[in-house]
Amino acid sequence: MGYKTIIEDNIDILVAGAGLGGTGAAFEARYWGKDKKIVIAEKANIDRSGAVAQGLYAINCYMGTRFGENNPEDHVRYARIDLMGMVREDLLFDMARHVDSAVHQFEEWGMPIMRNPKTGSYLREGRWQIMIHGESYKPMVAKAAKKSADKVYNRICVTHLLMDESKENRVAGAVGFNVRTGDYHVFKSKAVVVGAGGASNIFKPRSVGEGAGRVWYAPWSSGSAYGLMIGAGAKMTQMENRIVLARFKDGYGPVGAYFLHLKTYTQNCDGEEYESKWFPALEKMVGKAYLDTEASHVSHRPIPTCLRNHAFINEVASGKGPIHMVTMEAFQDPHLEEIGWHNFLGMTVGQAVLWAATDVNPKHENPELTTSEPYVMGSHATGCGAWCSGPEDISPDEYFWGYNRMTTVEGLFGAGDAVGGTPHAFSSGSFTEGRLAAKAACKYIDDGKAQGIRVSDEQINRRKEEIFKPMEHYKIYRNEIVAGSVNPNYINPRQGLDRLQKLMDEYAGGVTVNYMTNEKLLHIGLKKMKYLEEDLEKVAAENVHELLRAWELKHRHLTSEAVFHHTLFRKETRWPGYYYRGDAMKVDDDNWHVLTVSHRDPQTGDYTMEKAPLYHLVGDIEDKALAELHAKKD
Amino acid sequence: MPTFVYMTRCDGCGHCVDICPSDIMHIDPTYRRAYNIEPNMCWECYSCVKACPHHAIDVRGYADFAPLGHSVRVIRDEEKGVIAWRIKSRNGENDLNLLAPITTKPWGQHIPQLANQPAPSQEMRDSQLLFNEPKYIRLDDGDIHTLESNGLEMKEGVYY
Ligand SMILES: Cc1cc2nc3c(=O)[nH]c(=O)nc-3n(C[C@H](O)[C@H](O)[C@H](O)COP(=O)(O)OP(=O)(O)OC[C@H]3O[C@@H](n4cnc5c(N)ncnc54)[C@H](O)[C@@H]3O)c2cc1C
Ligand code: SF4
Ligand code: SF4
Repeated sequence: MGYKTIIEDNIDILVAGAGLGGTGAAFEARYWGKDKKIVIAEKANIDRSGAVAQGLYAINCYMGTRFGENNPEDHVRYARIDLMGMVREDLLFDMARHVDSAVHQFEEWGMPIMRNPKTGSYLREGRWQIMIHGESYKPMVAKAAKKSADKVYNRICVTHLLMDESKENRVAGAVGFNVRTGDYHVFKSKAVVVGAGGASNIFKPRSVGEGAGRVWYAPWSSGSAYGLMIGAGAKMTQMENRIVLARFKDGYGPVGAYFLHLKTYTQNCDGEEYESKWFPALEKMVGKAYLDTEASHVSHRPIPTCLRNHAFINEVASGKGPIHMVTMEAFQDPHLEEIGWHNFLGMTVGQAVLWAATDVNPKHENPELTTSEPYVMGSHATGCGAWCSGPEDISPDEYFWGYNRMTTVEGLFGAGDAVGGTPHAFSSGSFTEGRLAAKAACKYIDDGKAQGIRVSDEQINRRKEEIFKPMEHYKIYRNEIVAGSVNPNYINPRQGLDRLQKLMDEYAGGVTVNYMTNEKLLHIGLKKMKYLEEDLEKVAAENVHELLRAWELKHRHLTSEAVFHHTLFRKETRWPGYYYRGDAMKVDDDNWHVLTVSHRDPQTGDYTMEKAPLYHLVGDIEDKALAELHAKKD
Repeated sequence: MPTFVYMTRCDGCGHCVDICPSDIMHIDPTYRRAYNIEPNMCWECYSCVKACPHHAIDVRGYADFAPLGHSVRVIRDEEKGVIAWRIKSRNGENDLNLLAPITTKPWGQHIPQLANQPAPSQEMRDSQLLFNEPKYIRLDDGDIHTLESNGLEMKEGVYY
C-alpha cells in the first residue's frame, strides 16, 4: 500500500484519545511539564469527540465541599454501595477530593452552571449532580487541551501501543493510521495517557437496522482504551462489571433529571409501584448488607442501580410491562416541562426526535422506559478498566506502585473509562483523572524512569504491516467473486461486529437472554470468540474508513474476551440487574468480596485471573439516622 | 436515518466531514456534496447539523422505530453564546422553541495558557496538589482532603 509513514519523535506525553479524560490530561500536563512535548492522537475531532460529543445537561460528580454539601468520603460510600462494595476506594477518594477544582475552573472558563437562587450554590439535580447548560462542554475542554498541547493529531485511529525494547513491560509510544489519508503514524513517546473511552456495541443492541447507531453510550466508543491496554499486557480489573441502563425506550434519553429534579417516578402497566414487591426475595439473594429497604428508608441510603434494574426486569418478565415514567404531573409546570426537553437536547437529541416522531407529549401521556443492552465502561455507574496505581498518601501497598493512575505497564497511564474500580467519576471525574495522570506522568519522566527507550524499525514495520493487512486482504481476494459482500476468504467489519454482538448477547448475558449466563455458556462463548479471533485475521477493508471499523472491531473483540474471562472467574451474581450467573445466583461475600484482576499475555494470548483485596477506607455508617437504627438493633 | 443532506443547500464545504465523531459524513465523489455513508453508525448527535453553515443537514428519525413527519432543528451561535432549538411533533400539536446559553463568557478567552503560568515549586510537585489547588477545591483557605484530615484510617484489606 502506498501510504506514507509519518513519525513524530521525542514526545514526552502522548494522549491517546482526547475525550473528557484525555483533554484533562493534555491541559494539566503543560503545567507540570513546561518544556515537555505534549501530543494528542485522537480518532475523531477533539472538538466533538467521545461520549460528550453532543453535550451534557448535568455534571454528575461534584462534591460541593465549598457549600458545605459533601466530603470525598461521602462519595466513596455512595459509589461503594451502588457497586455492591466492589470499588477502589483509594482512587475514588482521590478523584473526589480534586473534582470540585475542575468544576470551578469550568465555570471560570464560561460554562453555564445553574444556580440555586435561594442559596446561591449550584443548582442540584441530586446529591451529586449539578445542572448545566452544557451543549458546548466538549468544545470547551477541547479548547483547554489545544491551548496546552504542542500538537493535536485529529483523525488518527490509534491501534497499538509501542513497547520499549530495552526494558520489558515499558511503554514507548503508540501507532495508528489517519482515517482520511490512510497514512501510517508513529508516535514515539516517553509516557502515554490512554483516554480512549469505554465500549458500546459489544452486546447486540435492542435497535435493529438503521437504528443500530442509537445506543446509549456513543457508537464510536469502541473499547479502544481496553483494546490498547490489554494488547500491551496491562492488567485489567472488574471487566465483568458491565452496566445495563434503565432509560426512555428506544431513544435511551437520560432519566437522571427526571427522577431527581422533576420528581417523576415509575409504575407498571396497571399504574402500580412495583419495586418494593421484588425486594424481599432480592434481599435474600444479595444479603442485608447490600439491600436493606428499612435502612434505606430512614437514611436515604441509595438502593444500588443494578438492584432497581432487577425489579424492572422482573416486573416486565412477569407480564406487567411496560414500565412507565410518570411525567404527567411534573410536566404540568411549564418550567419543569422545559427542563425535561432541554435535558434531551443537551445530551441525547435522538430522544427528542423520537418523541416528536411519535407524538409523545409527556404532559398528556407517561412515556415508556426500557432496560438497555449491556455496556462495558468505567466512569458511569460501573467500574471496568485497567488496574492502576493509586496516590501515594492514600493507597495501601497492593494498590500502589509509584505513580498515580499508572497501569501495570510502566509509563502507561489511564483516565476516565480506562481506569478500573472508579465508578461514578462521570465527565468531571474523568477530566480530573486525566489531570492526575498527567501530573504523575510528568513526575515519571522527571524521575528518569523513561530513559533509554528503544524502538526498533522492525517493531514499527511489523505494526504497519499488521495495521494495513485488512486492506491487503481485500485487494487479494476481492476479485475472486463477482460482486457483493459474500466471500469465502474474508468477512467485512460489519459482519464481524454482528457476530461479536450475537455471541456476547447469547453467551455473556445480553438482552435476548434476559442478562443470564453460566459457566457452560461462557465456555462455549469463549470457544466461539477464538474462531472469531481467527477470522479477524482475515477481516477485509475496502477503504480506509472500513479499516477504521476493522480496528474498532478488533479493540471490541479484545474487550469482550476480557469480559468473558472475568465473568467466568467471578462465581457469583454480584450485580443482579446487570447480569446473572445462573449457576451461582447469590452474592457470595465469603469467597468473592474481592476485586478481580486479569492479565492477558501479549505473546500467547493466554489469560490468568487473580483476586485482589478490597480495602475499605471509610466506615459503613452513612449518617446519623442509620447509626441510630443500627444502635437500636444491637 | 439519522442525518441526510439537502441536495440544493449543500455546497460541499466539508465542515460536517471535519466534525463527525463517527467518520460517516463524506463527500460524494459524483455530486461533490456531503452525505451520510453509514446511517446505522449515526448517534443523531447533531454535531454535523450544528456545524453546517448552510443548514443543509437534517435528521429523519431512525427508520426502525421513528415514524415520518417530525422535525428537530437547531442553530448554534458561538458569538452570541446561545443555541436555539425548534421541535415539531408529527401531528403538529407540539411546537416548541427552546433557547439555551452555551457559554457565559466570550468563547474560549478565559481558558488559561498554562505555559505562561509561574512554574510550580518542588514542594508543590511533591504534594498531591493539581494546578490552582488547593484554592480551587473549596475557594477558601482550606487545604486538600487527606485520610488524616477527614479522620479516616486504612483498614486491613479483605481478601474473601
Ligand atoms: C448519553 C450519555 C449521558 C451522560 N450523561 C452524563 C451527565 O449528565 N453528566 C456527566 O458528568 N457525565 C455523563 N455521561 C458520562 C460521561 O460522558 C463519561 O463519563 C465521560 O465522557 C468519560 O470520559 P472518557 O475520557 O473516559 O471517554 P470519552 O469522553 O468517550 O473519550 C474517549 C475519546 O477517545 C477517542 N478514541 C476512541 N478510540 C480511539 C482510538 N482507537 N484512537 C484514538 N482515539 C480514540 C474518542 O474519539 C474520544 O475522543 C454521559 C454519557 C452518555 C453517553
Ligand atoms: S457542512 Fe453543510 S454545506 Fe458543508 S459539506 Fe456538509 S452539508 Fe454540505
Ligand atoms: S449526527 Fe453526529 S454521528 Fe450522525 S452524521 Fe452527524 S455528526 Fe455524525
